[in-house]
Amino acid sequence: MRNIKIGVLALQGAFIEHEHMLTDLGAVCTEIRQPSDLTGLDGIVLPGGESTVQGQLLHKSGLFTPLRKLISDGLPTLGTCAGLILMAQEISNPVADRTIQEKAAPTAHLGTLPVTVRRNAYGRQLSSFVTEQPIAGIGNYPMIFIRAPYIERTDVNVEILAKVDGNIVAVKYKNQIGLSFHPELSENSNIHEWFLSQCEK
Amino acid sequence: MEQTQYELNKGLAQMLKGGVIMDVTTPEQAKIAEEAGACAVMALERIPADIRAAGGVSRMSDPKMIKGIQNAVSIPVMAKCRIGHFVEAQILQAIEIDYIDESEVLSPADDVYHIDKTAFKVPFVCGARDLSEALRRINEGAAMIRTKGEPGTGDVVQAVRHMRKMNAQIRQLGSMKKDELFEAAKQLQVPYELALYVHENGKLPVVNFAAGGVATPADAALMMQLGAEGVFVGSGIFKSGNPAKRAAAIVQAVTNYTDAALIASLSEDLGEAMVGINPEEIKLIMEERGQ
Repeated sequence: MRNIKIGVLALQGAFIEHEHMLTDLGAVCTEIRQPSDLTGLDGIVLPGGESTVQGQLLHKSGLFTPLRKLISDGLPTLGTCAGLILMAQEISNPVADRTIQEKAAPTAHLGTLPVTVRRNAYGRQLSSFVTEQPIAGIGNYPMIFIRAPYIERTDVNVEILAKVDGNIVAVKYKNQIGLSFHPELSENSNIHEWFLSQCEK
Repeated sequence: MEQTQYELNKGLAQMLKGGVIMDVTTPEQAKIAEEAGACAVMALERIPADIRAAGGVSRMSDPKMIKGIQNAVSIPVMAKCRIGHFVEAQILQAIEIDYIDESEVLSPADDVYHIDKTAFKVPFVCGARDLSEALRRINEGAAMIRTKGEPGTGDVVQAVRHMRKMNAQIRQLGSMKKDELFEAAKQLQVPYELALYVHENGKLPVVNFAAGGVATPADAALMMQLGAEGVFVGSGIFKSGNPAKRAAAIVQAVTNYTDAALIASLSEDLGEAMVGINPEEIKLIMEERGQ
């Protein structure tokens, strides 16, 4: 058992899978649904799911402002798939139909990570895929992409950790790790272990 | 279907967990659903309550209508095909639907065989009343299960019955000795390997949602507390007085399904709920289709 408490955003999506992986590595996990769940955390996980849903619920739950502050203030944060979209400073394609302007979806959610992300960048479910590729500092890793985004542009200070077919799929910026794929669905816990080591510092 | 694709398809269902999938019949309704916080939409020609009212044979929707909905929203789009109608499923795969619901809500096309879902790349969700039906559908390749409930009634009683029964059977399998599983699998009419998985893991090998008759935030939270991993809402939203508000309230109730105080405030001023009908009042029992 390690003395680390990780808050996993539990508004919608695959948060249990992150909790299982982190618990197996000895961390204590707590589910974040309201602002009072944000106290005493050593790290935050923003899981996969639907970013539109999670983004709306961030506001309705009152989590948006305090969560953004915690991340901006330097709490280690891991965002996967929808979680990466929540962190991105810009979403290049927030709505499906570009001709619809009224009530347009937000072009950013928390906006703590200086990258531009493209939602559903690979297309619909038939284009979801798995590939094993190297990640800087981690080595070869089985990457599971499900209706996944990728990163189109990054600020100069963002460290690019992995690319697949020329597209950026893993980055680190200060305390924030953003991934296009789903490490919580793989059998390989190296990324979670690395994240926990960041939280222990 | 390759094993990798099946894992990806189960994975998409995992991403939908804790969310609400809403029936929609037009791009406008799909946008309302997305803005209210739906994690996916189910495109169909008529919602179940209207299918009941109209009678006759109900089929897969016009692909053009489905494409209109695909273009209107960025969340996953599902669509229904008839039980056993593998050509309707082929058509839905051809237009790159994200999930196919082989659904008892439509008129069955085959009264013996379900679709061999392992032959498809696109994922399938299927309805089930109990563990037997669920594991048979999974064996056929379903990557997600939902209760059947009794669609289009606004009456949650069958969804409750199905969820309770399935979970009771899962607990029974879990408490058995391993050498009793062979007989249990035989009784359930399911493959031994799937019975063994349930015994060892205490859950289905795929995500399990609630569906059928969910009409209020309280109904949705009830299904979550009974063990559903997410909720389908069909007629309950667009047959009610204020669809956008009711839809948003149900989404929040599913996220915060144990927070009674919050659900109380979410349940205020939602306008008219859909007018329900009791199972005794209906002639067509959809849950009996496709066992």
